[in-house]
Amino acid sequence: MLISPNLSAVFYLISGVLFILALRGLSSPETSRQGNFFGIVGMIIAVTVTFLSVGNFSTGFIFVLVFLLIGGSIGAFIAYRIPMTAMPELVAGFHSLVGLAAVFVAISAFINPGAFNLGSPGNIKLASLIEMSIGAAVGAITFSGSVIAFLKLQGIMSGAPITFKGQHLLNAVILITIIILTYLLCTSQSSSLFWILIAISFLIGFLLIIPIGGADMPVVISMLNSYSGWAAAGIGFTLENTALIITGALVGSSGAILSYIMCKGMNRSFFNVILGGFGATEQTSNDQNKEQRPVKSGNADDAAFLMKNASSVIIVPGYGMAVAQAQHALKEMVDTLKKNDIKVSYAIHPVAGRMPGHMNVLLAEANVPYDEVFELEEINNDFANADVAFVIGANDVTNPVAKTDPQSPIYGMPILDVEKCKSVLFVKRSLSPGYAGIDNDLFYKENTLMLFADAKKMTEEISKAL
Amino acid sequence: MEIDPFIFRLSIFILSIFVGYYVVWSVTPSLHTPLMSVTNAISSVIIVGAIIAALAETSQNIFNESSIFGYLAIILAAINIFGGFLVTQRMLAMYKKKNKNK
Repeated sequence: MLISPNLSAVFYLISGVLFILALRGLSSPETSRQGNFFGIVGMIIAVTVTFLSVGNFSTGFIFVLVFLLIGGSIGAFIAYRIPMTAMPELVAGFHSLVGLAAVFVAISAFINPGAFNLGSPGNIKLASLIEMSIGAAVGAITFSGSVIAFLKLQGIMSGAPITFKGQHLLNAVILITIIILTYLLCTSQSSSLFWILIAISFLIGFLLIIPIGGADMPVVISMLNSYSGWAAAGIGFTLENTALIITGALVGSSGAILSYIMCKGMNRSFFNVILGGFGATEQTSNDQNKEQRPVKSGNADDAAFLMKNASSVIIVPGYGMAVAQAQHALKEMVDTLKKNDIKVSYAIHPVAGRMPGHMNVLLAEANVPYDEVFELEEINNDFANADVAFVIGANDVTNPVAKTDPQSPIYGMPILDVEKCKSVLFVKRSLSPGYAGIDNDLFYKENTLMLFADAKKMTEEISKAL
Repeated sequence: MEIDPFIFRLSIFILSIFVGYYVVWSVTPSLHTPLMSVTNAISSVIIVGAIIAALAETSQNIFNESSIFGYLAIILAAINIFGGFLVTQRMLAMYKKKNKNK
C-alpha cells in the first residue's frame, strides 16, 4: 500500500467530481469536448490511485497492464472503425460489457472477499453480500438484455416483438425467485445459490427484452444504460468506492431520464413499452379495412422543381435515412438548395432513429452545422410557413392521426406538423406503414408527393436534377 | 454511537442521483447520443474493482479462481473505457457551428 485509504478515497472523490463535470460539459456542443477531457482525466486518476493503493507491482501488475492494453486496443479499434449509423448497436454492445464486468467483479469478490476487506469466504459481511448480489444480478440483466438489444439492432435477430402466453407471469415469478434467492444467499452464504442467482438473472434479462419491438429500441437502450449504472453503483457499495458510487448514480439517473424523454416522445408509459408487444396486435385489424387510395407519386425532377421554387424547406429525417446512409447525399442536396438562396432547416423528432440523438449525430457527421438542426418544440410552428417539407425515412412521427383519432395506437404522441406545409415530399421505399402498423393519411393528401425509392439514391438524383 | 460508514456512502449515492438528475436535464437533446457513450465510458470505472481482484495476493499462482475473473473484467472494462471515450470524442468533433465565411 503506497497511499493511505483516506488519501485514495479523496482521489476517488475527485474523479467522481470530474465525471460530473464530464456530463455537465454536454450541455452545449462548445463545452462538450472539454467535458470529455475531464472524464478521461477522472478515469486516469481512478486507475492510478487503485494501482497505488493496492501497491502490488509484481508479475501480476505486468499482466494487468497487458490486459488493459489488449482491451484498450480493441476498444480504440472499434471506436475509430465504427460507422456513425451503427451507434445504437455499439452503445448496446458497450452496455453488455459493463454488465458482464460487474458480474465478474462480483464473482471475484464472492470467491475472495478478503481482497476487498469483506470478510472471509463463507463468512462475508451481510451488507456486502446484499450489495454484491444486487450488483451481480443487475449486471447480469444488463448483459443479457443488451446482447438481445444488440442482436435486434444488428438485424441478426428479428426486430419483431416475440411474445408468448404467460410471459408476464413467468417474468414475475423469476423476479420473485431472484429476491428469494438473494435472501437465502444471505442466510446460507452458499456459493451454489450465488451461481444460480447469476444464471437466472441472465435469463430474466433475455426474457425482458425479447418482447420489445425494434422501434422501441430508444427506450430499451436508455433503460439498459440506466441498469448498467445501478449495477456499477451496487458494486461501488461492495467495494466501498466513492468514484464508483457517484458514477453509478449519475449513469443510473441519466439513463432513467433518457428513457422518460423517449417514452414522452411516443406518448407511452414506461410500463407499456417494457411489457412490449406494441404493433403486433394492431396490424391485423388494419389489414381488413385497407382500401386502395390514390397516391400521387413523382420522380426526382418533380421534387427538384418543387424545391427550386420554394423559399424555405424543412427536412425531416428518420430511421430510413440511417438505414440508407443517406446523410451525406442529403447534405449535398441541401448545399445545392442553399446556393439557390433557399432557407433550409432540419426538424428532429425526439424518437427519430433507434437511440436518443441518433439523427443529430448522423447530421453532424455529414457536416451539417448544429445550429441548423432543431428539436420538435423549436421548429413545429415553422411548418405552417414553410413551402416544402422533405420527409426522408420518417413516417409515424409525422402522422396527423396522432392528433385526430383517439382510437389510434399513437394517439397523443407529439408529431411534427408536416401536414401544415404547402407541399410535402415523402421519400420512402413503399407505402407500407411504419412500426406502429398504421396507415399515414399524409400519403394520400392533395399536396403530398411520394418519391418511391431508396433514400440515398433519390436524394442524389434530386441533387443532379437541381 | 458512531454512524455506520454505510450511511455516508448512502448519502453520497442519493445526492449523486440528484446531481445526475439536474445535470442530465441540462444536456442538450442533440447531444444525447454522446451522453450515452460517455456514461458508458465512465461507468467502466468498475475497472477499479477488477484491478483489486486481479492483484489480490492469495496464492503464488497469478491466475487463481478469483483473479481470473478480475483479469477478464479488466479486458471488458478497458474496451469500454477506450472505446467509449474515443467514440465520444470522435462524435463531438463532428458538431460544428455554421461556417460564417461561406
